[in-house]
Amino acid sequence: MNSETIMTVPHVNYKKPSSKLKVFRKIWDLKLGVIGGLILTGMLICAVAAPFVAPFNPYEQDIMKRLLPPSFLEGGSAEHLLGTDSVGRDTLSRIIYGTRISLTVGISAVLIQVVIGVFLGLFAGYYGGKTDSAISFMVNVMMGFPFILFAMSLVAVIGPSLQNIIFALGITGWPVFTRVTRVETIKIKESEFVLCAKTLAFGTMRILLKHILPNLLPTILVLGTVEIARAIIRESLLSFLGLGIQPPTPSWGMMLAEGRDYMLSEWWLAALPGFAIFLSALGINFLGDAIRDLVDPHMRKS
Amino acid sequence: MTHIGADPILDVRGLKKYFPIKTGVLKKTTGFVKAVDDISFILHRGETLGLVGESGCGKSTVGRCLMKLYDITGGEIYFNKNNIANFNNSELLDYRMMIQMIFQDPYASLDPRMRVRDIIGEAIRVHKLSKNNSWKEDVKNLLNKVGLRESHMARYPHEFSGGQRQRIGIARALAMKPKLIIADEPVSALDVSIQAQIINLLDRLKDDFGLSYLIIAHDLAVVEHISDRIIVMYLGNIMEIASDNDLYNQPAHPYTRALLNAIPIVGKKKKAKRKGLLQGDVPSPINPPSGCCFHTRCPDMFSLCRQQKPKMVEISENHWVSCLKYTR
Amino acid sequence: MKAYIVRRLFQAIAVCLAISMISFFLLFLNSDPALLLLPPEAEIEDIQIFKKSMGLDRPVLIQYLDFLKKILLHGDFGNSFVSQTPALTLVMERIPATLNLSLLAVLLANALAIPMGIISAVKRYTVIDNLITFLALVGQAMPLYWFGIMLIIIFGVFLGWLPISGSDSFAHMILPSITLSAWLLPVNMRLVRSGMLDVLNQDYIRTARAKGLFERTVIIKHAFKNAMIPMVTVTGMQLSLLLGGAVVTETVFAWPGLGRLAVESIRMGDYPVVQAIVVFFALCVVIGNLLADILTAFIDPRIRLE
Repeated sequence: MNSETIMTVPHVNYKKPSSKLKVFRKIWDLKLGVIGGLILTGMLICAVAAPFVAPFNPYEQDIMKRLLPPSFLEGGSAEHLLGTDSVGRDTLSRIIYGTRISLTVGISAVLIQVVIGVFLGLFAGYYGGKTDSAISFMVNVMMGFPFILFAMSLVAVIGPSLQNIIFALGITGWPVFTRVTRVETIKIKESEFVLCAKTLAFGTMRILLKHILPNLLPTILVLGTVEIARAIIRESLLSFLGLGIQPPTPSWGMMLAEGRDYMLSEWWLAALPGFAIFLSALGINFLGDAIRDLVDPHMRKS
Repeated sequence: MTHIGADPILDVRGLKKYFPIKTGVLKKTTGFVKAVDDISFILHRGETLGLVGESGCGKSTVGRCLMKLYDITGGEIYFNKNNIANFNNSELLDYRMMIQMIFQDPYASLDPRMRVRDIIGEAIRVHKLSKNNSWKEDVKNLLNKVGLRESHMARYPHEFSGGQRQRIGIARALAMKPKLIIADEPVSALDVSIQAQIINLLDRLKDDFGLSYLIIAHDLAVVEHISDRIIVMYLGNIMEIASDNDLYNQPAHPYTRALLNAIPIVGKKKKAKRKGLLQGDVPSPINPPSGCCFHTRCPDMFSLCRQQKPKMVEISENHWVSCLKYTR
Repeated sequence: MKAYIVRRLFQAIAVCLAISMISFFLLFLNSDPALLLLPPEAEIEDIQIFKKSMGLDRPVLIQYLDFLKKILLHGDFGNSFVSQTPALTLVMERIPATLNLSLLAVLLANALAIPMGIISAVKRYTVIDNLITFLALVGQAMPLYWFGIMLIIIFGVFLGWLPISGSDSFAHMILPSITLSAWLLPVNMRLVRSGMLDVLNQDYIRTARAKGLFERTVIIKHAFKNAMIPMVTVTGMQLSLLLGGAVVTETVFAWPGLGRLAVESIRMGDYPVVQAIVVFFALCVVIGNLLADILTAFIDPRIRLE
């Protein structure tokens, strides 16, 4: 090569961001999700280690110390940080134990919803035709039935117990999963790799479970997370209306209902459990949003 | 070019595939999209048969009917002298092992969530095609054959270029040890420079594995190099079947000539005269023209063309045309 | 187009029938419904007499058909066990109260949601957008009854501004309707926002801007109309939300509407009233969905090609 004038690129001292910085950046972007994760972890700890975390036995009554205000109000003491209820049970302990009910019901109900909903959605989307019409019809019927009425009626008839409530929530909540799964399945089933699976003589179940389903998992995961929050709220709603977990088991909704009678004077009895419900739902929603951003930025709806 | 045995591996007779159009409250069938309308041809063992036509002419549908991805509306398909419509489950499985497909879109034809070794190896494992759990060895060999390396096995499809993904698709098709491979527009989605590589690869593999091919394309230039014979389709019908040489040097059908005129001229071909270019748009397959389906755009049309649908006639050895000019 | 409407109509009717069937058969999940309906001390003979009088000893399917016939021909849901008045009358009595509350809540919710959604979309990625989106997220996690109770505590107890139960005056309506509108607000706001975002990115908006129109004109005249489409589409779902929210709100605020009637009736096992309410709610939701679908089909021709 002859000597030609080659324009040289000035050498810039460009330092690639260290991986530590990248991690921190990522955490900051997902700060809400981190907060949500912390809240959820806190709940899990409370639920699992409740006997160790809670200062008092949630069932222990002490009439002498009833209706004490929380420690940050006048008349409160450090002994009962969040005060006591109408029969002297420690509010903080009851809230901590309440995480057990909320998480158990929330996660179990959503598991049922996912299993029913996703399977129906897969079949509806994959087979189309009459199967799809039938399943879509069921979805429309279930969605036309306002949840509250259905769940309340169901529980009223079969009795309020932990299993029945989980059952009622699971039975009423699956349609949203079916809708989403069906739409995604329809989109995916015409992909060439699904056609190819057919030409490779793979059975239908294999195609559904190993080829179509894994591509749906991110969507279902995000939806499932949000549904857990909704299930928790619904369970507490049932309890609030008197058709949920029966006393003396500490359920936040029931605590709210009991606190309602004292709304005008000892307002904290209603406000605090409600705040616990709110915080849990908020944290889980944050977490769900963060998962969605992480897994598939294209899914951001708004 | 390998010699063609006189042994037909695929015998298609009068193939028809209509898609119903449903409208109205009760979703009654009010019409049909006649994607494939009476197609007959034979594919010989060891032959590479090209199937060309414009978009919407039904060539992909033919491929899918052969793969039994669709139920056919009429006609028969014989594979090794067996009618594929009558297969029971185990015969269908055998059939699928003998005829495989390579798909058009290298980006959509591989499951994005599976690693390459699983994409290729799944068929081997499910159908127990390798001995002693040595499926990974078999996958490695297949990858080498298509020009990829062992280190590619653990990667995901999105880490590869279009050409490489198509190679993965080819390896996957070969995993089933087929006798016939249908390639549905195998290079349409690739860059021109890569197209030649893939076509050459297919040619090499044919000898190595003793395959027969049906190559579907909309671009005559793609099939020219590799095909023994070529079928030209238009609006669900066959216009002409001829050997590679005959088609290019003595195209009989006006449509074929128009297609050839559209090819950019390179190299030793005779310079085509710029006449006989097509006018107008492709008619809808819901309402195909009467008589010869090509008559609305044909530069050589005469009055009979509107009324009578031409039959296939052999104008020289192994050279068939469907045109009324040759049936008088 | 006509075919579409007819088909949707048939679907809607089928759905209503199915819902009525489910709510009817729900009663029989318990092995002996008579036991459910009578006080626990009832004697065996009383139970038998009761069963015969209510026709509960007949095959279940016959009972359902009878039930259906009575509803369709006479609008007769039976008499409330509690008050012995026709169930339908009870329901009709309570409708105005719920209607008032709901209308006010919907108005409030939309009056806030639409501007917020538009602003949030137009000023995307700014602080305002983040704030509004955050508020929507918070709003969706908020349990409705807790919000209501907090409102009661803050405004009724501490500040003493507003009455907290009963329905005598307009002032009584304020807190409940704010509560109910808070239920609808986040969803609507998100819908408006995403609708606006979709539209704003279209080419024809860019064209309008290139023509030199004021930004405000662009937004109001062109973008707004199309952004409302997603809201229309989910009207049916909104109705469902609304009814569910009404149940809770009325219970918290002791508002004498359908929702509260529903809760009380279920708690007391007053099944004729429950049936009537379920059917009414279902009709609302289904008709709402139907209208929404038809409206959407009018506005967006693409959907008609179903």
